[in-house]
Amino acid sequence: MSDKETPTAIELLTFQLADQEYSLDIMSVREIRGWTKTTPLPHAPSYMKGVINLRGTVLPVMDLSERLGLKPQKQTDRNVIIVVNHGDVMTGLLVDAVSDIIALTDDDLQPPPEMQANSSPNVVSALTLIDERMIRVLDLSSIVTSVQSNAA
Amino acid sequence: MSNTNDPMAEIRASFFIECEELLEALQDGLQALDDGDDDPETINIVFRAVHSIKGGAGAFGLEALVRFAHRFETVLDEVRAGRMSPDTEARKVFFQCADHLSDLVRISRDDGELPTEETAALLDSLNGLLGEAGIEEEADDAEEEEIDFQPAVLSLDLDLGGDDEEGSIPDLPPLDALPTAAPSGFTIRFKPDNDLFETGNEPFHMLRALDELGTCTVTCHLDDLPDLDALAAETSYLSWTIDIETDVEEAEIAAAFEFVDGLCTLDIKKKTADDVSSAPSQESPADEEPPVQEDEPVVKADAPAEPSPVPPTETPVADAPQESKAEPAPAAPMKAAPAPAKQAAPAAAKSVVRVDLDRIERLVNLVGELVINQAMLSQSLERSGLSPHSDAMNGLEEFQRLTRDIQDSVMMIRAQPVKSLFQRMSRIVREASAAVGKDVRLHTDGESTEVDKTVIERLADPLTHMIRNAVDHGLEDSEARIAAGKPEQGRVNLTAAHRSGRVVIEVSDDGGGINRPKVLQIAIDKGLVSPDATLSDTEIDNLLFLPGFSTASVVSDLSGRGVGMDVVRTSIQALGGRISITSTPGEGTTFSISLPLTLAVLDGMVVQVAEETLVLPLNVVIETLTLTNQDVEMVRPGAHVVRVRSGFVPLFDLGKELGYRDPVEDYDGSVVLLIAHEDGSRAALIIDSIQDQRQVVIKGLDDSFYRAPGIAAATILGDGQIALILDTSDIITNAIGSSGACAPQVTTGLTA
Repeated sequence: MSDKETPTAIELLTFQLADQEYSLDIMSVREIRGWTKTTPLPHAPSYMKGVINLRGTVLPVMDLSERLGLKPQKQTDRNVIIVVNHGDVMTGLLVDAVSDIIALTDDDLQPPPEMQANSSPNVVSALTLIDERMIRVLDLSSIVTSVQSNAA
Repeated sequence: MSNTNDPMAEIRASFFIECEELLEALQDGLQALDDGDDDPETINIVFRAVHSIKGGAGAFGLEALVRFAHRFETVLDEVRAGRMSPDTEARKVFFQCADHLSDLVRISRDDGELPTEETAALLDSLNGLLGEAGIEEEADDAEEEEIDFQPAVLSLDLDLGGDDEEGSIPDLPPLDALPTAAPSGFTIRFKPDNDLFETGNEPFHMLRALDELGTCTVTCHLDDLPDLDALAAETSYLSWTIDIETDVEEAEIAAAFEFVDGLCTLDIKKKTADDVSSAPSQESPADEEPPVQEDEPVVKADAPAEPSPVPPTETPVADAPQESKAEPAPAAPMKAAPAPAKQAAPAAAKSVVRVDLDRIERLVNLVGELVINQAMLSQSLERSGLSPHSDAMNGLEEFQRLTRDIQDSVMMIRAQPVKSLFQRMSRIVREASAAVGKDVRLHTDGESTEVDKTVIERLADPLTHMIRNAVDHGLEDSEARIAAGKPEQGRVNLTAAHRSGRVVIEVSDDGGGINRPKVLQIAIDKGLVSPDATLSDTEIDNLLFLPGFSTASVVSDLSGRGVGMDVVRTSIQALGGRISITSTPGEGTTFSISLPLTLAVLDGMVVQVAEETLVLPLNVVIETLTLTNQDVEMVRPGAHVVRVRSGFVPLFDLGKELGYRDPVEDYDGSVVLLIAHEDGSRAALIIDSIQDQRQVVIKGLDDSFYRAPGIAAATILGDGQIALILDTSDIITNAIGSSGACAPQVTTGLTA
């Protein structure tokens, strides 16, 4: 990233969920790994797929589609787990497929329209258009933290 | 301290670590003294500990610490010299002072606010002790007066005894100023012992330090130096004579040798022959005459030279002028005194390496990885169809053994004796007993029992609670004790022992035992149990662990705020431990904590439930059974019990409780694990099959994300899959919560 020309440039990792395109700030992405069988946690919310072994640490994995209220997707070989780091907490997000890495500036991002006043936490922080496709930029903290507060 | 790049901060940090050890030694010594040990070495140890703290504190300019330690030391010196007997009152003050000293050390370390009032109060008690001795001292001094001292010196000394230390500081300038007016010199003979070099000191630095104080003429004596073939590389042969022309105080000269005190033969003589002829006349009447100064160093040099255990030759008379002279001075004679014994100490002590806990932590983690990796390797080799007698399999077996050995050794590094913890508890007992006005004595046993460091740290709070409870609630007051035919002094026992792979720590008192009718009444009053419930003694005892329970009708300062035992139980459970009570009316109460040796590995039983692999702590599993329909009785729909020999045990389906599958319909042929908890509650858990018994490495689950009920932790199996480690008591509690009450479950509900 060249800081001078595009001071507010961000890079986004785009991925597919239920035939829609979403993205996350690439700085929060630690790694991407193939789907492995998870160990389910008892009495967990349905979007909690369980835990996996990430090189010796226990990594909780959630199904991002279910977490966002989309229809649970069928498991395929292309399913991947995006390992994200929020605060000091590592979480795995199960997505359908990872597509691309795109570089944008803040100008390319539009705030999402206010549609539902206060029904659910606003997990989509911005929208952008790439080749006429709308890409939703996810706010990681609302995905991960609200789980924490639910659990607490 | 936080800045590791600062070398001074590092030294400071290590000083405080050393202080911890010294304070431990101090406590030990005082305890021994309290137990009637009259070995002179005991008081020496106590004295040395205080002295070393003072010395170190001085180096870091920790004024308050130095002043307090100094006074404490002065009193201890009286005891050491046999002029004062450590009677009960004195020992009590000593304990308080030791506690306060450790407070001061802690506060100094954290740069906290100093408890000036407390310090002053204790200094007064110390002065009180000193006052008695001071009278004797005066008598002693009177005899020697003619020889060495003018009365003026004595009055200065007594001033110091009576005043707070502020008094001694204003004394400084005039006294210090005097020698500057009288330029003089010293002749120093300095012969390093072997130990000086062994401890990493270097005479060159001292010579250089002296050079800064004045003009030095240094002569090195090579007379003792043998021929090269007879020379032992580790023996010190050299000695020096230094003629120094200086106007500084002798104490400053002595300060140059402060760090090698006791590691060398040192003789500092003031030059009297030539230029000092005019000096005596210039000295104020309050100061000593030259002969005094000449005499003193000899006394001082005697101490390190003669390796006698205690230098009784060193009278406080020798100390007196030094103390009155200048602030750095007191260190000199005091330092000299413990020296001979100090030399002996390193030989007895085990050689110890201080290691950053983080490094050990990393090692533990790595070993954990190694164990997992080894398990994975052995599984894949097995799968590849190798003959069990092939070289590879044999080698693997060896590897397995080595891994286990490494793991044990690493765990041992983290293990620490519980002694430090117990010492803190003896302080708690002292403070608690003073607060409630009971005479209580703590007896400890098994102090050398080793437990994982983390466990020790996290035990401090619950144990404090329990000890306070024992003193406050457990023991009766003196009248009641006498009436019950018990000795007036109450007794609290604190013991630690290894028992079948776990550590058992017991806190017991010889008090009145739990007043069960009262406990039950309170529980009913507070609505914790229904009024018509019939509870067994154990169940009533366990009511104490319920949140919000407090038996003390009067809430005292110490305990009885209702946050006691349930918090204790929670913290013990968080450590993977269990706590239980036994109580006999009139004879006392025993709380027993059973803890795993380490928080890093667990002996587990690997089982299969609904396709999932789970691990149960092996220590809760007491029996495995295969059910037949005749064994199972229905209490009511959905609640079953198993008949195990004479008793009925509630039956739970693990698969259902964890939400993995629907409840088993037909119990015939099911495998059940009979589990028992420390509190005596039992349950039978239905599983699909038992796979293995093995040691597993505990991996923490990130609780902040989602706290799964009934799950204590996780582990990684040989195939790289994660298996959950169950918290059986949590599972059963939850199961009862969800299925409502029936007869056997009420029992578990109260105890689990």
